[in-house]
Amino acid sequence: MKYYIKYMALLAVLLTACEPEFENSIEDEGFYSNGDVDFSNFVAVGNSLTAGYGDGALYITGQETSYPNLMAKQFSFVGGGEFNQPLMNDNLGGMVLGGQQITENRLVLSVGANGPAPKRLAGNPTTEVSNLLTGPFNNMGVPGAKSFHLLAPGYGNPAGVASGASNPYFARFASSTDATVIGDAAAQKPTFFTLWIGNNDILSYSTSGGVGVDETGNLDPSTYGSNDITDPNVFASVYSNLVTALSASASGGVLINIPDVTSIPYFTTVPYNAIPLDAQTAAFVNQSYADYNNAMATYAFLGYISAEEATARTINFQAGQNAVVLSDEDLTPLPNPAGGTLPMLRQATSEDLIVLTASSILGTLADPSNPSSVIGVGVPLSDQYVLTTTEQASVTAAQTSYNATIQALAQANGLAFVDVKSALAQVSTGGITYDGGVLTSTFVTGGTFSLDGVHPTPRGYAYVTNLIIKEINKTYNSTVPVVNVGDYNTITISNDVN
Amino acid sequence: MSKNFTLVAVFLIIAATSYAGGYRVALQGQRALAMGHTGVAYVNTAELAFFNPAGLVFLENRLNISAGVSAVFSDVTWQNETFGQTSDTNSPTGTPFYLYGSYAATEWLSLGLAVYTPYGSSVEWPTDWAGSHLVNNIELASIFIQPLVSIKISDKFSIGGGPIFVTGNVNFNRNANRTLSDIDGDRSNITVDDSGVTNWGWSLGTLFNITDDFRIGAHYRSEIILDSKDGEATFSNFPNDSGTPIVVSSTTVIPSNGTTGFTASLPLPAEMTVGLSYDMSDKWTFNFDFSRTFWDVYENLDINFSNGLESINPRNYENSSTYKFGVQYVANETIALRAGYYFDESPVQPGYFAPETPRNDANGFTAGLSFNINQKFAIDASFLYLRFDEVKASYDYYQENGQNVPFKGTYKSSAFIPGIGITYSL
Repeated sequence: MKYYIKYMALLAVLLTACEPEFENSIEDEGFYSNGDVDFSNFVAVGNSLTAGYGDGALYITGQETSYPNLMAKQFSFVGGGEFNQPLMNDNLGGMVLGGQQITENRLVLSVGANGPAPKRLAGNPTTEVSNLLTGPFNNMGVPGAKSFHLLAPGYGNPAGVASGASNPYFARFASSTDATVIGDAAAQKPTFFTLWIGNNDILSYSTSGGVGVDETGNLDPSTYGSNDITDPNVFASVYSNLVTALSASASGGVLINIPDVTSIPYFTTVPYNAIPLDAQTAAFVNQSYADYNNAMATYAFLGYISAEEATARTINFQAGQNAVVLSDEDLTPLPNPAGGTLPMLRQATSEDLIVLTASSILGTLADPSNPSSVIGVGVPLSDQYVLTTTEQASVTAAQTSYNATIQALAQANGLAFVDVKSALAQVSTGGITYDGGVLTSTFVTGGTFSLDGVHPTPRGYAYVTNLIIKEINKTYNSTVPVVNVGDYNTITISNDVN
Repeated sequence: MSKNFTLVAVFLIIAATSYAGGYRVALQGQRALAMGHTGVAYVNTAELAFFNPAGLVFLENRLNISAGVSAVFSDVTWQNETFGQTSDTNSPTGTPFYLYGSYAATEWLSLGLAVYTPYGSSVEWPTDWAGSHLVNNIELASIFIQPLVSIKISDKFSIGGGPIFVTGNVNFNRNANRTLSDIDGDRSNITVDDSGVTNWGWSLGTLFNITDDFRIGAHYRSEIILDSKDGEATFSNFPNDSGTPIVVSSTTVIPSNGTTGFTASLPLPAEMTVGLSYDMSDKWTFNFDFSRTFWDVYENLDINFSNGLESINPRNYENSSTYKFGVQYVANETIALRAGYYFDESPVQPGYFAPETPRNDANGFTAGLSFNINQKFAIDASFLYLRFDEVKASYDYYQENGQNVPFKGTYKSSAFIPGIGITYSL
């Protein structure tokens, strides 16, 4: 009997060890192939998109779903190593410098009396810029960085953050006060890399409605303002240096191009004809523009402006949806018979892109005591809220040139090239189906873009991750598994807001 | 973010991995189990109280008691090759038990009592695993208590049966959907918990002694529906602590954290068994049983929460059959050896393969022995190995945005179940 019990006990122990096993487990070596490349030390270089920024902030859960981090998880099946990120201190996302908050908390969708709207999450952020992190970090994505910033010594100098001379995100994890982003990346001797840079070289100009300068022709980036377009030759030279630095140790890498601004909801959400009026109000408003309209006709007759410009500048409201009245610095300055110059006004056309942030001021009163000071009607929408066709042309010209550079350098160096521009254009025009629906670029509900209207949601980043993985597999004969886009979150809802 | 996404997906209740199709746990007697869980016509011990109470009246002894317990080591591993996802259950060891007694009141009447656990399940996936929108963990237990009468109509023919009182418990947790979380990324989830859910059923069997060596039997156990009404549902990690739902749109509602009531029904299906037992010689006995479990009652698992949310989960089980064979060899007065085999058809249909019940067809291999300590006491031991094929399967009826989102992968299950019991007869 005693023996019997003993054997039963022994049996029980043996049984717990008998776990079910697959004939071909995905965890077996060789199930997935690394192809021609070594994924053991993966370094990602770029801007906010690489960092995992979204909802107007960088925060931990967003960083966890950054495309480089998602890629690194999939690389673990094909020899990938650890992937370290300079994580923020919380999920609020705001940053503090010397106790003073310098960047805002993340946006969440809050439901108030007037329905759902993006608001800043309440709470005191705890990410103190001066608490420096010790690297190295595989994710070298620095929010706000333009191409040439990656080569700039001191871009992560904590002493320069307060004055705006350096970048608070890079200041947290730069290896030294005069380190460069690319230097810190290359020092890790990556065996594989991604580079996605250049977005901000056109985006800050675009999001600010073209108030900056198109610096094409100016080869000295140290003279650029923060909202300027980077000269394409500067971009080409910088980009080539970046690729060379990263390629030195790598067995392979990925270059990612620059999407169109028209693919992101920041520029496509507010319609050009956002002004609803009834017939009576329209007639009243038209009355107040009668003098301006007459002046345009006169200047056209006198040959100061073309008939087309006069037509474009003639303000006319009707019952129904009306185009926004805006100021356009690219219109011809005209003398005001009463002295000075006439305002450079016109109504928006479907070609104009009105930025997302205009939605909070359009239709409000510029002067609360003056009922006819409605912004977009009686008071023009100022230049910073509109990316006009002329400004769009500057953006597109630079973008086209950058993208040509990126693709040519990918080809020349045998690197994978990811055409995110075309992929996001497809999201924006027709949408991309996934297992739980369709990803579109519609603000809030489309699933691809976060509440800042510019950066992807985790699901959007997962989609980008798959674009990159597929291109890697094609270029390097590997079989890295993709991620399940539907497993990743979109926007976050919370009423815990300021 | 639609109503389905947050409301419908919000839940379900039961089901499970277990050791016969669905959440049936076919471990109701060590001697019968050692012979492929056959016993509807096998007149040997008080295990008849479960397998066919009509046979109790034919037991030789006046008082018969059988009791036993099994240890269920059952695990499931899952992987999705497309996405590089893999997960293993870490399920607690189940311990189904039984206790049977019969007493021959007269030559033609025996009275009995049976306590057994034919339905239950315990599956624990890693929290927030890839299928966590379907199940994180589930614990389902039921105890059947059944007083019995067994009446000899003639030397050839008897009937037996009795009412069944069932008491059940359930605890089930799953995530609200594939993505919803609070601000810190902790996944929104719901636990439903209820215990002491009771209901009544019955069973009735007959036995024919065609010859002294050859018997046939039939036994039917009724369906019992467990209606959970007094349980508690706990909503956790939703991005809403306000106590009232946040209505984002007509299709997106975020419930508040906290507890609420719920109602749900879980059917314990009826089972019909017919079979034979043939004493080939003094030493050899052969059993064959055929069981049909009427799983088609399990169409949906619908949970209605007191806060107005609901969860509809199609199950669409179909009736399933089990074919069971067993032999016994009485080596000497002390030792009897047994072995058996059964084929167990899964009630789960293609497209309804949910990770709470990741069950495909199984081949059961059984063995065991009895050791007679003396005339009265015997120790019974059994061992069951359930072999499953690796299966590519999916559950297609989870919905987001009003469309079905299949959860796919390859499953491989295994179950090793040693059991021990005693038989006492006087």
